[in-house]
Amino acid sequence: MPEPTAVRGSAELAPKLEHELQLYYWMKLIRAFEERVSRLHRQNKILGGVYSGAGQEAIVTGICAPLEPGDFVAPIHRDMGVFIMRGVEPGRLMAQLMGKETGLSRGKDSFLHGGDLEHLVFGSTSMLGSSLPVAVGAALKFRMKKEKNVAVAFFGEGAASRGDVHEAMNFAGVHKLAVLFVCENNRYAYSTPLEKQMAIENVADRAPAYGFKGYVCSGNDLLAVLELSERVIARVRGGEGPALIECKTYRYRGHSEHDAALYRDKEELIEWQSRDPIPRFEYYLEKKGHDIKRIREQVDERTRDEVQQAVDFAESSPLPEPQEALEDIYAPSGAPTSGNPSTNGAR
Amino acid sequence: MESTYIKAINSALHEEMRRDENVFVMGEDVAELGGAFKATEGLLEAFGEERVIDTPISEALIVGAGIGAAVLGMRPVVEMQFADFISCAFDQIVNMAATLRYRHGGKASCPLVIRAPSGAGVHGALFHSQNPEAWFTRVPGLKVVAPATAYDAKGILKSAIRDGNPIVYFEHKRLYRSIKEDLPEGDFTVPIGVAELRKEGADLSVITYGGTLGQCIDAARIVEKEDGLSVEVLDLRTLLPLDRDAILATARKTGKVLIVHEDRLTGGIGGEVSAIITENAFEYLDGPVRRVAALDAHVAFSPPLEEFILPNTNKIVDAIRSLAAY
Repeated sequence: MPEPTAVRGSAELAPKLEHELQLYYWMKLIRAFEERVSRLHRQNKILGGVYSGAGQEAIVTGICAPLEPGDFVAPIHRDMGVFIMRGVEPGRLMAQLMGKETGLSRGKDSFLHGGDLEHLVFGSTSMLGSSLPVAVGAALKFRMKKEKNVAVAFFGEGAASRGDVHEAMNFAGVHKLAVLFVCENNRYAYSTPLEKQMAIENVADRAPAYGFKGYVCSGNDLLAVLELSERVIARVRGGEGPALIECKTYRYRGHSEHDAALYRDKEELIEWQSRDPIPRFEYYLEKKGHDIKRIREQVDERTRDEVQQAVDFAESSPLPEPQEALEDIYAPSGAPTSGNPSTNGAR
Repeated sequence: MESTYIKAINSALHEEMRRDENVFVMGEDVAELGGAFKATEGLLEAFGEERVIDTPISEALIVGAGIGAAVLGMRPVVEMQFADFISCAFDQIVNMAATLRYRHGGKASCPLVIRAPSGAGVHGALFHSQNPEAWFTRVPGLKVVAPATAYDAKGILKSAIRDGNPIVYFEHKRLYRSIKEDLPEGDFTVPIGVAELRKEGADLSVITYGGTLGQCIDAARIVEKEDGLSVEVLDLRTLLPLDRDAILATARKTGKVLIVHEDRLTGGIGGEVSAIITENAFEYLDGPVRRVAALDAHVAFSPPLEEFILPNTNKIVDAIRSLAAY
């Protein structure tokens, strides 16, 4: 579990439920945040591309929950939840989306291209799949420094077709590095359906060709993702080499907010929405005898407040000064790279 | 101690790895073989396989993994076996490494050195002769260096390893064993971003870097002896960022500038140097800024073809004489 700074909202909830309710809270916060982002985009309050991960919250939540503070995570464009779960302030994320000075990249880029290495979240680029070699390099550092940390790289089934993904997996396999590759297979690379992307059924089927195990699970079932990730991350951390987890899922919205996704069958969307990870987890909690109605109200209220605070923070934050466009290009000459975190586990 | 250019690179790597345990090298055949050109010879024996890593043929991985290690505080020196192969890692260098600090709001650094053996004249033909430096000299966030002497090869590599930014280090293959110098014992560095005046002169300036420096100095000596011309030779050493002050100082001093590089003419760094001069020192000029560079062809294999394409001392001598007579 992440350190207390990354845990929000649990204090008000029953202590004996803490872990499961924490997971529920995270999924709800991520959903609430992304839904608000979509709305803000429609209101023209957020410019540029907005790539919603709505429908895919169980993956980020289930994969990140077992991670430790010194672990390195490279999310992709639908993984807003990674930032939230690693302890990045939602207000800074919202400020990032609005191009504000207080955003992760101080207005330099939009959406998830701003990283936060203080929380060991690596900012992605739009060249999908190119973060995988970087995560492999992070794992190489863990190996060289004898640190028991794990590097996690998210990618989509679309990016799985890229050479960088192959190069990264091959090298990680050769050197048995502590990397967990997480494929969020949401069936569409922008408009291109799975059948036109690959001739096999599962991305995970490729893992044995690299010398490690691939696993497939339902990405809409938090418990399934979590059960698998806890087990696999423990093995990766224990020195058994890399692994690939493929989570089958579906994105509710288009590739980005300006994409109406007319290339998809409406019934397909409805069918996947019937497998929504949030009600599914609520059903589980209810079956365990919890008062889900009360919990939902409590969590909804809290996430609504937190998202509103994030919006307020972002909206009241200043835009950067024009000349700041020329800042942050180079590290100061000769200066040590003190901005980079140590991952000796003591953070 | 007498050292070749390649030996200077090798000793810089040995010394930096000894000095800082975060420095490591990675690339194709860099470990047991000691590199295709022996730049990494002896490193495996001295530092072990954890810090001297043979990779598969995976340039994107080599650079990308270097980036991942660098952002966590390591100081990777990765090798593109031939500079020609750097195209396979273009995205990792240009999009991933160069933008890294910018998109992290200045709260991250990428202290990564990418060594790239470049250049022609060794019968390497189309895919083992290229000078791809210009592709990288217009990318903010990167630094691009091209040492021309053994001293600089060592001193600039040490500076690059200690720098906090991603640096593409072009080392010219033809220089590896063709030049030798006495290098001082012990640690020394050469600053990045500072050009070096290799020869003072009054009549005309030649601005160059890397593999053509020796040709330019030879040409300067020839015209000095045969034509009585006094030629100044400026070695840029760093191509990004350019030492604008040094470029403008020599242009203002002599009033005539010839730019020489082995990279091809169109889109080469010579065009940028020329623009800097004409924009800022036009009133000092006594003639057009001219360039000698490789012709706009691929570097062909057969000797008459390759020689026709590449700059050489004779072509530089002719250009100096023509410009001096303008």
